[in-house]
Amino acid sequence: MTQRKRLSTTQSSSQSARQPGTLVAQEEDDDPTFTQPSTSQVQRGLEKLTSAQVDQKTAEVVQYFLVKDQKKIPIRRADLVKHVVKDYRNIYPEIMKRVVRTFDQVFGLKVVEIDTKNHTYILVNKLETVEGASSINSPTNPKMGLLFVILSVIFMKGGVVREGLIWNTLKKLRVDPGEKHEEFGDVKRVVTDEFVRQRYLEYVRIPHTEPAEHEFRWGQRADMEVSKAKILEFMGQLHEQDPQSWSQQYREAHSSPNSTQASTSSQR
Amino acid sequence: MSRQMGDSHRRFLQTMMVNGIVDEQGARTLYQHCCETHNTQYAPDKLDEFIDTINSKLQPMFMQIRKGMSEDNGQQYYALVNMAETDVTRMSSDYADNELELFRKTMDLIVGSENGKASSTDILNSADTMTSKKLKKSETEHLLNRLVHDKWLSEKRGEYTLSTRCIIEMEPYIRTMYQDQVKVCQICHNIAFQCQICENPTCGIKIHNPCVARYFKGRSEPRCPACDDFWPHEIPEVRRPKSQSRR
Ligand SMILES: [Zn+2]
Ligand SMILES: [Zn+2]
Repeated sequence: MTQRKRLSTTQSSSQSARQPGTLVAQEEDDDPTFTQPSTSQVQRGLEKLTSAQVDQKTAEVVQYFLVKDQKKIPIRRADLVKHVVKDYRNIYPEIMKRVVRTFDQVFGLKVVEIDTKNHTYILVNKLETVEGASSINSPTNPKMGLLFVILSVIFMKGGVVREGLIWNTLKKLRVDPGEKHEEFGDVKRVVTDEFVRQRYLEYVRIPHTEPAEHEFRWGQRADMEVSKAKILEFMGQLHEQDPQSWSQQYREAHSSPNSTQASTSSQR
Repeated sequence: MSRQMGDSHRRFLQTMMVNGIVDEQGARTLYQHCCETHNTQYAPDKLDEFIDTINSKLQPMFMQIRKGMSEDNGQQYYALVNMAETDVTRMSSDYADNELELFRKTMDLIVGSENGKASSTDILNSADTMTSKKLKKSETEHLLNRLVHDKWLSEKRGEYTLSTRCIIEMEPYIRTMYQDQVKVCQICHNIAFQCQICENPTCGIKIHNPCVARYFKGRSEPRCPACDDFWPHEIPEVRRPKSQSRR
């Protein structure tokens, strides 16, 4: 560690933001110091900087987003400003404008603010899902497969299910939430914590239940990334049934915004 | 020069971000798939141009799709590399500090070895000399599995080598960190870990096993390309690329 040579100075600020994965989501909240600068403040800020400096900072923010997105961890503006933007906070809007444009034009990803109060962002794929391309809509990764099954159950049951139903379904697939699983480890933690933090699932206590019982819904990221039509197709194959026979789900799958969004975004 | 990125380029890049590395055949198939999906012109011989277009837009982000050879089978691979963080800290979002220390120790062992390998026993022993929080034997074994799973190391019969992805991605780091130790292949000029070495003490050049196979193919008496001494090692067969493997 001590003899490490930095081959580039660009990483220093984003590196200091890195922590071992599991800790990342629980960073402390200290946003109050940050207020959006005004247009004239941004203008004045930009005059003092070279375009190379602004490009550099933009690249650091892009990298930060990509690292968080790899783990599907939502990005909080407070953390972003504190760990990456730092002294450039007076031109924050300009940097974000460039970051959004880079994700759109180079990566085909869209920066979406999922929580306007706490200013939390995620990256969403803008490209249409095709066979074998997206990890979630044709899961090859076992964890994504697990998630896909849970989302399917919720969708087929009308959007909300009690947790007991999910645990029973998983047990039938020999994934017992009470036991340590070879692939997933602590299944209950993956489902009720990891997937929830990643915004794939919502896991909320049902009021007035004693002992506490919870229910599952689709999270915001699932709404944006997961194709309901794909889920129906999957259920159809599983039960050897025409997807159209689930008429209510079929109607929803083919009218929901994410299926139309997917088909319009391919040509720009 | 067509330098504009389209959705076919974006889809290619997204897949590279998920996989980290693909072999040449996989890259060609993916290139064709991306062009067909977005109804753009597909020219089988234009893969490198297609990738150059992506690279021109990635460059400001300090990222690049880089080509390199597998020391194992001699095939070309494409890896998405992050040049802003070419050193091991690139991995710091996935590994704890003491885990990174063990990875560095493993790299030391591999780079310092004659054959580009480190045995699990040597790695476990080196874990005893760690300065950060010591890893238990079972933790070290678990960590090695993770490093293989994440494609930083490869393992065969209890011996570890640097993976193709790791070599492509960390080449600048390795060259800087191990200036005096690092060996370069006489044929392809890339870093060589698993290789054959000329036995002439005043020569001692290195050649990758797949490069040996290609260079000496069809020559009746193999001689060192540098000193012309007899090449005493067994000449491996040229392996034909398998079109299926994606790793
Ligand atoms: Zn070589
Ligand atoms: Zn020689």
